[in-house]
Amino acid sequence: MLEVSGITQVFSGVTALDNVSFSVSKNAVTGIIGPNGAGKTTLFNIITGIYSQTSGKVFMEKRDISGFPPEKLAKLGLVRTFQNIELFGSMTAIENVMLGMHVRSAGGIAACSLKMPWISREERRVSEEALYWLDFTGISDIGSVTAGNLPFGKGRVLEIARAIASRPRIILMDEPAAGLNSQETILLAGLILKIRDLGITVILVEHDMELVMDICDRIIVLNLGTKLAEGSPRDIQENPEVITAYLGDDRE
Amino acid sequence: MAKFICFMIIVILAPLLFEGGYIMNVLVFAGINTMLAIALNLLLGYAGQISLGHAGFFGIGAYLSGIMTTVFNLNPWFVISAASVATGLFAFLLGFPVLKLKGHYLAMATLGLGIIIYIIFNETIDYTGGPSGLSGIPQLSVGSFVFDSDIRNYYLVWGVTVVIMLLALNLSESRVGRALRAIHDSEIAARVVGINTRLLKVQIFAVSAMISSVAGSLYAHSVTFISPASFGFNFSVELLTMVVIGGLGSIYGSFLGALLLTLLPEFLRGANDYDIVIYGALLMLMLMFMPGGLARGIPELLNRFKNSLKGSGNA
Repeated sequence: MLEVSGITQVFSGVTALDNVSFSVSKNAVTGIIGPNGAGKTTLFNIITGIYSQTSGKVFMEKRDISGFPPEKLAKLGLVRTFQNIELFGSMTAIENVMLGMHVRSAGGIAACSLKMPWISREERRVSEEALYWLDFTGISDIGSVTAGNLPFGKGRVLEIARAIASRPRIILMDEPAAGLNSQETILLAGLILKIRDLGITVILVEHDMELVMDICDRIIVLNLGTKLAEGSPRDIQENPEVITAYLGDDRE
Repeated sequence: MAKFICFMIIVILAPLLFEGGYIMNVLVFAGINTMLAIALNLLLGYAGQISLGHAGFFGIGAYLSGIMTTVFNLNPWFVISAASVATGLFAFLLGFPVLKLKGHYLAMATLGLGIIIYIIFNETIDYTGGPSGLSGIPQLSVGSFVFDSDIRNYYLVWGVTVVIMLLALNLSESRVGRALRAIHDSEIAARVVGINTRLLKVQIFAVSAMISSVAGSLYAHSVTFISPASFGFNFSVELLTMVVIGGLGSIYGSFLGALLLTLLPEFLRGANDYDIVIYGALLMLMLMFMPGGLARGIPELLNRFKNSLKGSGNA
């Protein structure tokens, strides 16, 4: 589904990522973990077109998407969420979700100014489907609330609702559990599995080990910009190198 | 829609209140300023991109109309549409490099653009007449009906304003309007949901310039004389003030802001030398007590008034 090949990223002399390669299979939840500074977020920003890498390529279903800007990736079905939540703060929750459907609706400046009959039909379709996604993610009660006023946990779910409203093929979530309480994290885990069951490939960067071990089908471990290990949650938990990277080495 | 019909009725009936006279002339300018404020608001209030050079686009429309009809004797109606398309195209091509800039840098770039256009009006004397202006611009006419009085110009200008307002309202409430506000809120999130922010910003910049050009053409034909002084930096700032006082991101607000800022100096004329002081003080007070502009401030004020009436009734 998604293949990352030989990604290297150098920031003014500092190598953040060094020749990282892996592939992600379809309809699965893949977790990317690693200690702070391992390069997880940098890797995410490269895949999603926010940064352009020093070298290496990214493929989506065999197609080279390296260096594609985020708006082009969204059209191809690759969306993301942010660690610090990037919502449209002055707009209501439902408008946020409707914006998620931007790539799946039509109408340019001329047609919208003239309010062609099909524009009104399109608008009705979009707002109805947006309600569906609010319901799907379990936040139908906040549809008319201004996104900027939402509590953090709800904002995070809304961002996910907006992302899946575009009916993507791949969704990348940057630390979706960060800042959530345990109750919210449990709901999030259920939601991620529900998204996977829609046939969407999920990739997440996460620090919450319990969540990662629970829901991921496969885990990739990064450390100091290189891939340390890759495997099922059980393999990773038993991998001595991973344990050393996280807990340090006591043989010294 | 009810709001828009009310607005139209007010526009149609307003001349009955004033029975011609000087105020009609001022109201013609209020219409032109409303168009300009709406144009700038689409860019600034919706997409969140500042322009300090909009007087330049207004001037390009005015001068293209003035020159093409006096020097080249072209049909004025044809020139109005052609000038609008040309100004839009100019803004579109210019928009790609300029709108890459953000915040203060964008303000500086558009400021520079406005000043360059102003200098061109002043220096290309063979066509524009330079600082002494361009006179003898024909009044518009349909067959033998000439728009030669204030009342006729009023209905011409406000007719166009109402149409532009309706189009702008439609746009602001549509998918594109939502995308524009998205750019304003978070450009990175807008890109992630698939909005080509770079293209959309340039497109709305061009649309805004097109509307400004139409306003400029109508201005040239209704006053029949234009000079660069009307299209300088001061006027760009005045437009910005109209949009902010009216309310960013509100089309009706642009109408209110333009109306207020066009009429206010006329009402203050009696205060002799103090008019500019009162004008400034009023604007400051308004921004302090109505930071959301007239469009949000007035309904709030009415609500508070209603509540206080209710309160005293219960007591």
